[in-house]
Amino acid sequence: MKIAVPVKFVPDLVEELTIDPSGAALDTSWLRLIINEFDDHAVEQAILLKERGGGQVTVMMTESDGADDFLFTAAAKGADQLVKLTGDFSSINNHALAHVYADLLKELQPDLVLTGVQAHNDIDGAVGPLLAELLGLPYVGYVAGLTVQGDKAVVRKEYSGGLVAEIEVKLPAVLGIQAAEQPPRYVAYSKIRQVMGTAKIEERPVAGLDLSGGTAVSRLFQPEAAERATMLEGGADEVADRLVAIFKEIGTL
Amino acid sequence: MEITLSPLSPSLSKTFFTSLYELADGERIRACLQCGTCSGICPFGYIMKFPPGKMIGALRADIFEQVMKTDSVWMCVSCNACSAFCPSDIPITAALMTRAKEEMLLAGNIPTELQAALENTQRYGNPMGESPRKRSDWTLGITPEVNILGKTRQPVDVLWFVGDYASYHSRMQAATKALVKILNALGVKFGILGPEENSDGDSQRLAGERGLFEMMAQKNGQAFKKYKFNEIITTDPHAFNALKNEYPALGISYPVKHYTQFLNERIEQIKPLLKKEIKARIAYHDPCYLGRVNNIFDEPRALLKAIPGVELVEMSHQGMNSLCCGGGGGGMWLDGFQWEKAHTRLSEWRVREAVAANADILAVACPYEPPRFEDAIKTIQTASQLKVRELAEVLAEAMDL
Repeated sequence: MKIAVPVKFVPDLVEELTIDPSGAALDTSWLRLIINEFDDHAVEQAILLKERGGGQVTVMMTESDGADDFLFTAAAKGADQLVKLTGDFSSINNHALAHVYADLLKELQPDLVLTGVQAHNDIDGAVGPLLAELLGLPYVGYVAGLTVQGDKAVVRKEYSGGLVAEIEVKLPAVLGIQAAEQPPRYVAYSKIRQVMGTAKIEERPVAGLDLSGGTAVSRLFQPEAAERATMLEGGADEVADRLVAIFKEIGTL
Repeated sequence: MEITLSPLSPSLSKTFFTSLYELADGERIRACLQCGTCSGICPFGYIMKFPPGKMIGALRADIFEQVMKTDSVWMCVSCNACSAFCPSDIPITAALMTRAKEEMLLAGNIPTELQAALENTQRYGNPMGESPRKRSDWTLGITPEVNILGKTRQPVDVLWFVGDYASYHSRMQAATKALVKILNALGVKFGILGPEENSDGDSQRLAGERGLFEMMAQKNGQAFKKYKFNEIITTDPHAFNALKNEYPALGISYPVKHYTQFLNERIEQIKPLLKKEIKARIAYHDPCYLGRVNNIFDEPRALLKAIPGVELVEMSHQGMNSLCCGGGGGGMWLDGFQWEKAHTRLSEWRVREAVAANADILAVACPYEPPRFEDAIKTIQTASQLKVRELAEVLAEAMDL
């Protein structure tokens, strides 16, 4: 079984975020990047599947500071193929990223595409569903564990309120991973160093980005202090009456 | 007649045993008498399925894989008590326990809490996952300004290796600032690496992450090379141990002292400055990697004794037989794990000893200790009057700084 794991880096919130002079984007000169936590789980889930039923795991990401280290770490955990997309990704959004990954995945023809269900910088939707649309494949999100049986997968999808559904999905499919069946494993640094000497990162140049469908940010700003909220005191009826009156007053009713 | 064929590949016990021979004095493990001293003196030996003596027994019986199936080694706080009292001088902590942790780590068998600290160290150069750029933020507002070598590029006499907890931990920062005042009062020309400093890596090494330790050492070594200084002082006994005993083998060799040694060398200069009386019974806690491992017992005590009004008292475990605070060898990052197994903390045990010694102040000289002991005090009713003070804090107060 071929498992592809397209991942992305997101800003590391350990550092303060600053807004660049355009006022509509983060200042990237001070930005430190870290793997999207959900993508890290997707890598772990792929390796767990490989350990259980065999297969080949391909991890792919766009080039940036730390990309090589991340890919080598994935290899030390058990990934077989490492792909780094090269080019200018400074203006990238998730729509464009999905296009870039879709082109590569059409060529790779994996049985399963695992990707993080979301990221904290998804402003134009998560990568998984976009990718599924472009590839014409089924998508299930919020997946926390799965078993593969022949050309089908039975996935555990999490719902709010602690509900879990088991859903059968025909392969190939794209899954948005909420959590791997176990926390992402630790690999000793000596193992990573070893892998750095033996594993190869395939570089794939990307000519241009298709940003269409994405959002345009008009203004990015720190939370601003607004006027204080007014607490309504009294019984339920009294408060409801007062609320209705306020809504009428400000013209929303 | 039954014939037992020897396995084609050597057993885990054999390969593990052989790997110990490659370490300093590792072959001494063959001299084990199975006396059980190590298991008895180990503060957590009583709850380990395989305390050190039994581990050696299992190695000899060729059943070491059974040891590796348990989580015994993660109860080891690398306090070195086993090694210090071993009649055969076996480097139990440095060789056996550390190698066993390495083996567990390579097999991916590692408690999640510890994993986070190691990942943080790899990524940020400190186990708590703080921003490396903020490593010297504790210096903000201090006058005269603390000399950060990357900014000033001035040669100094002393490079102060501040360390992780002394830089970032809000409780420890008070002690760090106290040491700044003392150094300034003594006219010491010192500088710090600030954001260029990385974790010393020693506790990570003793938690089995040798590769990560080497990575940290190399980064620190590169930073040292950039600046001119005569000697290094450290806040942290673990950093002192790493720089003194471990870095030289990696080609990073500088004269290094723990700050208590450095100050004690200047005790005649300090004595006239000790103007303020501190009327208190002080019990001094020997940090494992200052005392037992590096034989620095007298210097911190001499500094405390020099303070007018101080009555130095000893706890039941002291000197070579001191009791670990529980933070060593990865213990700092295994608090939940060890609590689950032991339902007690070594820091609580230690605080009870300080109370039994009628101490008003528990003085410490390792940055793991103030938060550990202060947390322990909160859980022990009889300890409510006990104060934990870093030695530098006590000195600075006595010097009226």
